[in-house]
Amino acid sequence: MEKVFELTNVYKTYKNDGREFEALKDVSLYVNEGEIFGIIGMSGAGKSTLVRTLNRLEEVSSGTISFYGKDLASLAPRELREVRHSISMIFQGFNLLNQRTVIQNVEQSLRIIGTPRSARRQKARQMLEVVGLLEKQNEYPARLSGGQKQRVAIARALAADPKVLLCDEATSALDPKITAEILDLLKRINEERKLTIIIITHEMAVVEKICDRVAIIDEGTLAEIGDVKEVFSNPKSKAAKKLVFPSNPFEMSEPDGKVVRLVFDGTQSSVPFIANLVEKTGIKVNILSANTKSVGGIGYGQMIVELPKDESSRQTAVNFFKDGGLSVTEVN
Amino acid sequence: MSDYIKDAIITGVWETLIMTFFASLFSYAVGLPLGVVLYSTSKGRLLENRAVNAVIGTIVNITRSLPFLILLVLLIPFTRAIVGKSIGTTAAIVPLTIGAIPIVARMVEASLSEVQPGIIEASTSMGASPVYTILHFVIPEAMPSLLQGGAINVATVLGYSAMAGVIGGGGLGAIALQYGYYRYDKPVLWTTVTLLIIMVMLIQELGIQLSKKHRKT
Ligand SMILES: Nc1ncnc2c1ncn2[C@@H]1O[C@H](COP(=O)(O)OP(=O)(O)O)[C@@H](O)[C@H]1O
Ligand SMILES: [Mg+2]
Repeated sequence: MEKVFELTNVYKTYKNDGREFEALKDVSLYVNEGEIFGIIGMSGAGKSTLVRTLNRLEEVSSGTISFYGKDLASLAPRELREVRHSISMIFQGFNLLNQRTVIQNVEQSLRIIGTPRSARRQKARQMLEVVGLLEKQNEYPARLSGGQKQRVAIARALAADPKVLLCDEATSALDPKITAEILDLLKRINEERKLTIIIITHEMAVVEKICDRVAIIDEGTLAEIGDVKEVFSNPKSKAAKKLVFPSNPFEMSEPDGKVVRLVFDGTQSSVPFIANLVEKTGIKVNILSANTKSVGGIGYGQMIVELPKDESSRQTAVNFFKDGGLSVTEVN
Repeated sequence: MSDYIKDAIITGVWETLIMTFFASLFSYAVGLPLGVVLYSTSKGRLLENRAVNAVIGTIVNITRSLPFLILLVLLIPFTRAIVGKSIGTTAAIVPLTIGAIPIVARMVEASLSEVQPGIIEASTSMGASPVYTILHFVIPEAMPSLLQGGAINVATVLGYSAMAGVIGGGGLGAIALQYGYYRYDKPVLWTTVTLLIIMVMLIQELGIQLSKKHRKT
């Protein structure tokens, strides 16, 4: 598979009046063509810095970033602008021109690449059609809702037929319902146009809903990277665990109790394992937390349970889960 | 009030308008580009350039800090060199323009600085050049603020034009000085003052309405 971006040992240090801050430390990763790649992390982790190095809104301090094999740092200003036509970006704050109509906003990206006026209008209309906002073409952004503004921004970003779309917290200012609609739209565009999408977010739900692979950024370093399903069902790094189990939710009834995490994919999650366990063995476990999620179209679930005190029923329970095809890992 | 004085006031209004109009026009012709350059070359902006910014900034600051009356006197030789005389409405346009340029430049710079950095980021990420971004993103976004600032500037020029009357610039200022001050003709003084106030208010109001019509947020 062709690599759209490849980052090798990327460092970024901000220097502000004598003070230095290392925002990215030794980040190496790649993004495949056609995939939806998520970058997740806490606020201040360095996600925006990372994504902004991809179109050189921010210069790296060391390391290299290549775009389709071409070293971004080697580009002269004119060449960089050329490359930026293939790398679109949308933002949390939409960044539309408030003094221009919806269609004029969409036309901007086409004006920049020098599309003639009539072709521009036509293409802009077509893009507004794609995002479902053609009837708002003559409105001003101030009259639109947040979700509609982001749709206009998406239309603007896609009008010049880019190869990649960078989304920096594009849904973070939107409520969950509108977020889901925007994500559905992005997914559809990804499939129909074979557009590579890079999504920056601090919300797990966003990554779970549409990303193929995910990178977890923690204090400027790459903590973990892999298929979304894998990373989220079996987080290895501390940062990943913190994301998957926010604010340590479980409290044991026994101070020295044993807590395990059960992970099961979509085929098993519907089976009432806990009820079966009680029915077949008489052993009761204490459910500390449970959730099922849909990841990349495949449902999976996980449960944090506290096992009984005595060793043999503990073993029985673990064997029961393992026989059912679940992965069982100790948490504490 | 005699017909003679009435005629003089009407001429004064006309002269004031002429001075204000041309001085505003010329000061924007120079001050607007200067303001754009001041904005674009300042720290952290698209065309950051310390030397250019410092040179223009210093000239602007010096000109702006001179009291207008002093500038009027200082510029007499310059005015004579340009229009061939130093007295009259046409001559007054020269110092008015010079005095207004730095005010316009700083006002324009302030309006442009209000534009959200995100707008510039969006434009840059689309592959626009710095000049394109300034012309097609920053200036249109700042337009309501530029219009509002424009009204304030025109009103300031109008006020200055009254001062230009002191050195024989004509207009309502000259009438106020001649009849109101030297002859102590109170009705004429108050009439001219009232007319000046009304003109300033009209210009301000026009600017506010224009800005409102343009502001889409
Ligand atoms: N221009 C800058 N100068 C100095 N520090 C910065 C600058 N931009 C970001 N930072 C710092 O870098 C860190 C990462 O920022 P950012 O990439 O915006 O994080 P995120 O997007 O993950 O919330 C933060 O601690 C932030 O304060
Ligand atoms: Mg951010």
